[in-house]
Amino acid sequence: MIYEGKQKIWSDYQKEIPDDHWYYVRSCIRQNFFPASEKVFLEITRGLLKKDIYENPHHTTCGGIAYHSDTIPQETVMTIVARQFAMMSEAGYENYAASCITSFGNYIETLETWREFPELEAKIREMLWKACRREFKKPKYVAHTSDLIYKFRNEIAALAKFRLVNKETGEPLRVVEHIGCHYSKMFPSKGVGGAEYPYVLCGMVESWGGQIIDYPERRHCCGFGFRQYLVQANRGYSFSNTHKKFESMEPYKPDMIITNCPGCPYFLDRWQYVTAETEGKTYGEKPGQGIPVFTYEEVAGLVLGYDPWDLGLQLHQVAVEPLLDKIGIPYDPSAKYLGLNKKDLGKPELPSCMNCF
Amino acid sequence: MNLNLYEELCKDYRFKEGLHTCINCGTCTAICPAAEFYRYDPRKILDTVQRKDNAAIEELLKSDTIWYCGECMSCVTRCPRKNGAGLVIMALRSLSARLGYFVYSEKGRQLYPLTKALNGNVLGYGYCVYPRTFNWELHKESGPVYKWHLEHLEDDMERLGANLDGDGPGILRKIPKEDLDEIKAIYDVTGGTERIEAVTRFSEQKASEMGMTLDEYEVYTFTHNSGNHTNE
Repeated sequence: MIYEGKQKIWSDYQKEIPDDHWYYVRSCIRQNFFPASEKVFLEITRGLLKKDIYENPHHTTCGGIAYHSDTIPQETVMTIVARQFAMMSEAGYENYAASCITSFGNYIETLETWREFPELEAKIREMLWKACRREFKKPKYVAHTSDLIYKFRNEIAALAKFRLVNKETGEPLRVVEHIGCHYSKMFPSKGVGGAEYPYVLCGMVESWGGQIIDYPERRHCCGFGFRQYLVQANRGYSFSNTHKKFESMEPYKPDMIITNCPGCPYFLDRWQYVTAETEGKTYGEKPGQGIPVFTYEEVAGLVLGYDPWDLGLQLHQVAVEPLLDKIGIPYDPSAKYLGLNKKDLGKPELPSCMNCF
Repeated sequence: MNLNLYEELCKDYRFKEGLHTCINCGTCTAICPAAEFYRYDPRKILDTVQRKDNAAIEELLKSDTIWYCGECMSCVTRCPRKNGAGLVIMALRSLSARLGYFVYSEKGRQLYPLTKALNGNVLGYGYCVYPRTFNWELHKESGPVYKWHLEHLEDDMERLGANLDGDGPGILRKIPKEDLDEIKAIYDVTGGTERIEAVTRFSEQKASEMGMTLDEYEVYTFTHNSGNHTNE
């Protein structure tokens, strides 16, 4: 009975993810900081798995960061969202895939608020018509793009050239997974596994050979906090939250971190650099080593055998090479910072307390 | 002012969604990352609002307190009564911006540089964050690798498969003017433009009171931290 009860509870947090035909919208932060991740997402879904993923060049920001920094009214962000939905409707799609967690939360918040307050939806429809002469159908399904990679995790595993396994010991790599807050904290039923047991990244890691490790502050925010990072005077907030997570995970000796949010991998990577430069402390296996932080597309790309520099891993401040060596993924150190056609772009300065190559 | 502030908050859908029947258990404060860092207690904020005391709500709207939240919404997950302190905060901030009360507090005054930078990117380029307006000197934590990336932006973006400022789809493509015009029209119709103008107008007045130009005020509010906000 108890087992059946648990199965019932777990089934409430499973999420239907359609197999194909998605309208794709990009992430502001990821395009700036992890551009290759969006490229790889499309290469895997369109090229490798032959899925129909459509991108309309006329879509824009969802306005989520401006909204959560309290600089625009709710009606403004909802009407931008409505315009995105209008373009999806015009293109003949019903499944909506967002690359950004802030956007995903924004779309879900909008739809759920309209469900509860239909008069607000009617008002937004009028505003959109007045501003843009557009009408829209609501999407039948909204996913975050990590949901799609989760859905196809076993297909990716079947095509994998590498597994998340230590090549010397044969042991699974110890992986910390970090879920973006707006994936499921606001509307738990919209995320795979809900807010308490989010499984979207665990599923990928387990399929690809790794081992998820638990630690006390696993569900703590990375510390973006919108205005708490964007305003220079507030960044102690952002740093402190990331610092708290690393102090908490350190005893469990993670090999790597996988994330599904645009901001989280940036903060978990860069605040490690700041910790090293200001305190001389690093959290990796050896002195001077950090714990490399990845997007889920970067990890998918690594197991599929991508060149690490085609994945943009050279844009991380925490060096990824020790982990590549641990898995046995080949790479050309001399090609790390080259442009197209091996164009010499020079090299970044090296941090003083964190090893970079 | 004779405005009934509680009634004004009740017009905000986030307030309707975020405040049902708070029992002041403090679970929101226990889970809150901001409460750990700042002298901040969302339980007290909900208590103040529930009392419907106009003077107390006005004091709240003029305080630093409402600007400490990071809007992570961890409180929503844990509340036993399905409240959302973070949503109430968003309603309070919106009202503070509309009434010009934000200029009374150090953290509130940061609304001006945020409004200018983020909406400048949205209306000018169609993105909340845009690499050509990203000033590395103001984001040194992005590290030497990102400095290098920005110095070789076109080459590196091309290397990574982006379509920086290009036509058609792709990463950091140029958003066509007709789309930016639609976003501007949305701002005009929905109160976004009015909000930007109000925040700018109140900030200009405050800058003048503080003996600064608006540009000096922007830099000051972006960088100044009095050190009176955190728990330690």
